[in-house]
Amino acid sequence: MSPLLFLILLPLFALVFILLGAPARFTSLMATALNVLLGCFLFLHYDRIAAGWQYFQEIPLLPQLGLNFTLGADGLSLTMLLLTTLVSFTALWVTPRVEQYPALFYSCLLLISIGLVGAFCSLNTFFLYGFHEIALIPVFIMIGIWGSGDRQAAAWKATLYLGAGSFILLLGIIALYLAAPSNLRSFDLRVMTELSQHNISHPASWIYLLLLVGFGTLVSLFPFHSWAPSTYSSAPTPTAMLHAGVLKKFGLYGFIRLALPIFPIAVEKFSLLVLFLLVCNILYLGYVTIAQQRFDWTIAYSSVMHMGTIFLGLVAFNILSLSGAILLMFGHGLSVAALFALCGALRCRTQTLEYQKLGGLASRFPRLSFLVGCATMASLGLPGFANFAGEILIFFGATASIIINHGSLSFTIATIISIWGIVISAIYMLRAYRRIFFGTLPAHEDSTHWSDLSLFECAPILILLLLLLVVGIFPQAILSLVTTALR
Amino acid sequence: MNPLFLELALVLLGITLLMIEAFSPKIPKKKLAFIALIGLAIVFSLTWIPLQPLSAESARFYTTDTIALFFKRFMLVTTMMTLLMSLDYIPVLERGIPSEKPESGIGEFFILPIFACASLMWLVSATSFIMLFVSLECMTVVLYVTISYLRKDPRALEAGTKYLILSALTTGFLVYGISWIFGVTGTMSITHLAAAIKLLPTTSLVSLFFGIGLILVAFCFKIAAFPFQFWLPDVYQGAPTPITAFLSIASKAAGFVVLIRFLEQLYLLPFLNKKIFALITLLAMLTLLFGNFAAMAQTNMKRLLAYSSIAHTGYLLMAVASLGISLALPALGFYFVAYLIMTALAFIVLIIVTETSGGDDIYRFQGLYQRSPLLAAAMTIAMASLAGLPLTAGFFGKFFIFQVTLQQGHYGLLGVGTLSVIAGIYYYLKVLRAIYWQQPAPEALPIVLSTRTTFLISTLIGLILILGIDPAPILMSLR
Repeated sequence: MSPLLFLILLPLFALVFILLGAPARFTSLMATALNVLLGCFLFLHYDRIAAGWQYFQEIPLLPQLGLNFTLGADGLSLTMLLLTTLVSFTALWVTPRVEQYPALFYSCLLLISIGLVGAFCSLNTFFLYGFHEIALIPVFIMIGIWGSGDRQAAAWKATLYLGAGSFILLLGIIALYLAAPSNLRSFDLRVMTELSQHNISHPASWIYLLLLVGFGTLVSLFPFHSWAPSTYSSAPTPTAMLHAGVLKKFGLYGFIRLALPIFPIAVEKFSLLVLFLLVCNILYLGYVTIAQQRFDWTIAYSSVMHMGTIFLGLVAFNILSLSGAILLMFGHGLSVAALFALCGALRCRTQTLEYQKLGGLASRFPRLSFLVGCATMASLGLPGFANFAGEILIFFGATASIIINHGSLSFTIATIISIWGIVISAIYMLRAYRRIFFGTLPAHEDSTHWSDLSLFECAPILILLLLLLVVGIFPQAILSLVTTALR
Repeated sequence: MNPLFLELALVLLGITLLMIEAFSPKIPKKKLAFIALIGLAIVFSLTWIPLQPLSAESARFYTTDTIALFFKRFMLVTTMMTLLMSLDYIPVLERGIPSEKPESGIGEFFILPIFACASLMWLVSATSFIMLFVSLECMTVVLYVTISYLRKDPRALEAGTKYLILSALTTGFLVYGISWIFGVTGTMSITHLAAAIKLLPTTSLVSLFFGIGLILVAFCFKIAAFPFQFWLPDVYQGAPTPITAFLSIASKAAGFVVLIRFLEQLYLLPFLNKKIFALITLLAMLTLLFGNFAAMAQTNMKRLLAYSSIAHTGYLLMAVASLGISLALPALGFYFVAYLIMTALAFIVLIIVTETSGGDDIYRFQGLYQRSPLLAAAMTIAMASLAGLPLTAGFFGKFFIFQVTLQQGHYGLLGVGTLSVIAGIYYYLKVLRAIYWQQPAPEALPIVLSTRTTFLISTLIGLILILGIDPAPILMSLR
């Protein structure tokens, strides 16, 4: 039996136990902790020399239609699995006491986590799609019950937007399936890729556009981004961590798995369009981020903006830029999860995240301000953190692609603007940091009771930051695995 | 085994139960329901016994092909579901029937669906217009009685009258259409219709089209396709809930089976099939748009399910519009099975919530999670499946239907279908909003479920999830 099956079954069993009345927090924490260990083990145990799909298992369902439950992982999936298990575990850890319906809260979180793990280790596009879509209803329920701000509107917006985006994606996948000759049709990722690489199936380029819109909505590519900021800022902390940290990366993952290898020509044909959209992500949303007056909105918009940089890595479409994009996906997933966790911790204490009502907190919360500082630096790409390694590789790759395309003007402009994006993110992140932690604190009624993070609360965030540092200093740990998958 | 035996066994079961009900009034009515259930289960298992070939006389009006057998089983399961639901509905029946004696009129409520089931089983086997007409009317007569069963409630009487008048009108259309077709082609057989039409001179085609049009109107009424769906919300709302479920599952399935048998013939005619299928595509689009967008505004759960039933007719018509693809028929059959399970689950939860909260508006579902987590989970899964979210049976249903539509190249229909799915997510999640986001009314108490109901609900949840991962057993039985 494939160990990947355990990754799915462990949280599933935990879910069943919780529904049967086991203590929710303890059970789910145990299951996700075991998942982290298993994820790390699989990551380290992967045979880098043999490469290819490992931990493979296939359960036939409808072999006539090429629809089977197929599990397997390569370097890319393992990186994403590591990210998923880590963020799930820390998200559960930082969850504050749940007053209303605790069992439901933890079941929803576990469901999201199960869906993500399943999506990243499925080799059949049907289950790849199906698993990621599991998150839709739990997220809807969670934002509506435990969210903050205008939570009901945010929940509806996210659900309808993502429902629509995923359905368009589904049509794209079915169209891709039907593009193959009828006796060879399969939903298997490997078969789909092989058929088009050997010129047996000729999927039309409008299918690429369907996939672009579908995955683009999930990734919050401009102009399909407007669901993201409100969702992240309204969602309860762990949901925001999982959604922004991992669920969003599913769109990019799918794009790398499906769109890029099957449509190399269409990627080039529509590169101008995608470059335009991603530049909008960086410039337009970058400036929108600067204008934000609340910490959660700043992080939410910044995470939308960073997707532009990752997309540049995808369309530049060479091994340098792609491995950079994957590294940035990993780094961004960890850093944005850490930021949302800290943002939630801050909200618990001050009851507000508006910059006008905050200030001078560095002396009150030394630990919190140190951690936010580290996470901020990681997210704006300070050398030493994984995000930097990812961004620099993307820019190298994009530059290489300018040279390959004989000085293509569009690529040159997009690359320059993306580099400018680092400056933009430095502006808003540093301003946010200054306005929260320096200066003077406006008068609050109950500010005397505010206490700093305890060591127990610091630990999960430290884990995330340490991993960012390790990967930042030694990116080869992930790159060596990722590059085997990309070849 | 002689194929005709299945329906005969059911009719005998029904008559025996009626006799028991009439001559030994001391037997508790619930026992009658259990006997009926056991009888139906026995007949259900009998359908797997290999059938003898039909005699030449029967083969002219009766068939036992895969579709017929599949839908016979489907009808049996639907009837069993209806009876199981009715067990939880007894208190409402007791209040709704004016009588001196306690429990009067309840026995028949469990027995009448058996007759409806028998006629539906005849109907799905019908290959001649006479057989089709007679069995269709048999079923409708049972429905006339059961829809207005709660005689104290004016809404039930209204529903019964509406159904009676419109159904009679449809019958008129059907008979008139049949007589035109018989007049032109000289045959009553549906299976030989295409062959007979091919021999016709071009001058008689107008009368033929007229007949076909009339018959299609009648079928569209039965499946509640736009623009013949206006009867449906009022009838659904007024009818006893188990009968609503029966109407929305079994009656719809029967309508689709006869529609398919009829269209399969027209599909063989090169000069006609493009036009007819363009018409079906148009009907599918309009039904999808009407059903889904009208459902969005509903505040009553039964009406919501009524409009959702129209919406599902639209999805099923998408499969009918792509009958040329080999997967279309299995896709349709699978959709029906998924629809049976998820609709039955939704209706069971509705019955229990109505009984414990005093109404069937969506706001009665508020805080259901707090009152009964199992019911909340059941409703969540039913709604997710109806909305077509992955890893539920409903998703596979939609998945196959959209696949055949794409394969057939109906791009306009796909666009409308996509809009409908998104609208569907909205109105099905509206129920979840009430269940989870909102607090229960202060006087609402926790709901205690009987073991039988708990078991039934858990089984249905399990079936939805299992079919959501492995559709093969159902899908392959129709290939």
